[in-house]
Amino acid sequence: MRNSWTEYQKEIADDNYFYVRSCIRQNFFPGSEAAFLNIMRNDLNRDVKEEAIHTSCTGIGYHSDIVPLDTIMTVVARQFALMTEAGYENFISSCITSFGIYNEAMEMWSEFPETEERAREHLYKATGREFKKPKSIAHTSDIIFHHREEIARKAQHKLINVETGRPLRVVEHIGCHYAKIFPKTGFGGSEFPYVLAGMIESWGGDVIDYPERRHCCGFGFRNYLVQANRGYSVANSQKKFESMAPYKPDFIVANCPGCAMFLDKWQYTIAEMEGTVYGQDGQGIPVLTYEEMAGLVLGYDPWQLGMQMHQVNVEPLLDKMGIRYDPTAKYLGKNGKYIGQPADALVNNSSHIQL
Amino acid sequence: MSHKVIVVGGGIAGMQTALSLAERGIQPLLLEKSERIGGKLTGWHQLFPSFTPASEVLGDLSARLKDSGAEVRTNSEVRKIDKQGVELTDGTSLEADAVVVCSGFDLFNARLKEEYGYGIYPNVYTSADLEAMFNENRVLTAEGKKPQRIALLHCVGSRDEKVGQRHCSRVCCITGVKQAIELKKLYPTADIYNFYMDIRMFGPGYEEMYRQAQQEYGIHFVRGRISEASETIDHRVQIKAEDTLVGRPLKMTVDMLILLIGMKPGESNRRFAENSAIKLAPSNFVQPHDSFLHNVCSEAPNIFYAGTVTAPKNVGESLNEAITAADRVAQYLSARQ
Repeated sequence: MRNSWTEYQKEIADDNYFYVRSCIRQNFFPGSEAAFLNIMRNDLNRDVKEEAIHTSCTGIGYHSDIVPLDTIMTVVARQFALMTEAGYENFISSCITSFGIYNEAMEMWSEFPETEERAREHLYKATGREFKKPKSIAHTSDIIFHHREEIARKAQHKLINVETGRPLRVVEHIGCHYAKIFPKTGFGGSEFPYVLAGMIESWGGDVIDYPERRHCCGFGFRNYLVQANRGYSVANSQKKFESMAPYKPDFIVANCPGCAMFLDKWQYTIAEMEGTVYGQDGQGIPVLTYEEMAGLVLGYDPWQLGMQMHQVNVEPLLDKMGIRYDPTAKYLGKNGKYIGQPADALVNNSSHIQL
Repeated sequence: MSHKVIVVGGGIAGMQTALSLAERGIQPLLLEKSERIGGKLTGWHQLFPSFTPASEVLGDLSARLKDSGAEVRTNSEVRKIDKQGVELTDGTSLEADAVVVCSGFDLFNARLKEEYGYGIYPNVYTSADLEAMFNENRVLTAEGKKPQRIALLHCVGSRDEKVGQRHCSRVCCITGVKQAIELKKLYPTADIYNFYMDIRMFGPGYEEMYRQAQQEYGIHFVRGRISEASETIDHRVQIKAEDTLVGRPLKMTVDMLILLIGMKPGESNRRFAENSAIKLAPSNFVQPHDSFLHNVCSEAPNIFYAGTVTAPKNVGESLNEAITAADRVAQYLSARQ
């Protein structure tokens, strides 16, 4: 472990969290947020409050110049009001973009108190609500990081190749808005973030430090949202894949909804466009969310974790970890109903299970 | 026994001050916190712009200081400076009629610029590390290989608000040119790149040396700061920068990255400034009474300054200032009699 990766530290509350979800994760990695709640409540016995009437933070609109600053600060104020009304003070966010937004609002209110007054006034006029600022704001990857040793003690599987006995080689990808905006808000700061690296190390894996480790996944809001710019998005991901491939990673883990999605989906795109795959044995590199990684370590069923929704097949990783799974259950939904399966794809070497 | 004048700091400015005082018949006591005198120059190889060995300058200065009979005490760190003299960190008080503060500067800690990976990636070095390698006659990569492509990055810890170092350290530009030429002499086929935001060639012969580096030695100068350094799979260093003259981003892999670290105000400055006669500039270097007629004077009549305690300076400037400070001390003492 590189000591410098641990130099930035922050206080993380141990219990009693108010949880806000991501707008997009439930579509792309539908099991991850549920897994987080299950792990926190059932495995770690922690109290996590979720409020059904919370909204999008509107961060994507904000970063695309659609949502004005005053509007997003009022939305943030409303989320905090919901937390206050529920009697909580530790605010945790599932989304990295939102995490950046909440920190940005707090910083702005601290530097320019008149903006906080304005947000309070707008919120009160619009909804009659008032709020207290959170005692702590954390990303949910921070929470898993905080409890990583407890998870390690309950581990059913380690990040170790059961055949060779060697640690799995893991690429960790941190969302840009985790610490690049405010380095003090992230474990390890912005250059050597430790939040995912710490989990990997505690659970037996090796962290790969490759030249384009810090590079953006390519989401970049406008890169993707403006269709004409999507080439930039793919090019950014491709730059990372080219850089990490020589290290032969067993999987990638990301803590940002957009990053996990693009690092997964663009592998399919690049394979189809250029015939290039970056993983071993002619297959793509599996991309996991940190909740999925924690879930596998704790012995959750991969299909319960929603891993059948990945573009790049995860079975090679499950095999390496010695995780048993039912191949025929992969495309069976919650009620055992067949949910359909994707067409053959080069990124999976066309080898996925046929039902 | 009460010594007439205490000189705080045994770097070149302190050595020259003590020597000049002794030459004027004033008995100095030179106090040095470390085990030996010589300061930062003891770790340096050759001096710009003449490539004079640093050991030559130090050797001459040390010999003359020894001959002068000036008293030197090493392992003696000054904690406090007051009207009566100084107090050491071990609690000893030493009385003096005058004190000359020559406590110099600290080298910027390159680890604070995390994006360059110093202390993490083995082939990222500082300019001070490179001087030590020159002295050991062993300039090789961490893997023991001869470097074929080397980048030097200017202004690491200088003119950088992000790390609280707004000032220009002045000597790093010419140090970068000097080190590039030394590297080229050592490895004539190597590609040497200097990444800079401005090139400030303020001293005599510096501009000529800068031209010589380009015309005779074929050293590349790229106007642009490196944004980040990463390690490649073969332990080389990948760097990203923007060439602001061409207006394009740039990425290259080098065998060694040398960070030209700046001069930081001495750690002891704040402590000394507990004495209200010793003022600090916003940069935290010591602020002389004025920049023209009293640039070696404090706000007290018997406390003087010489060398880089007041601002980044080159060797020649520090030595000259030491002679001036000794002169002012002599004037002060004779006026008192």
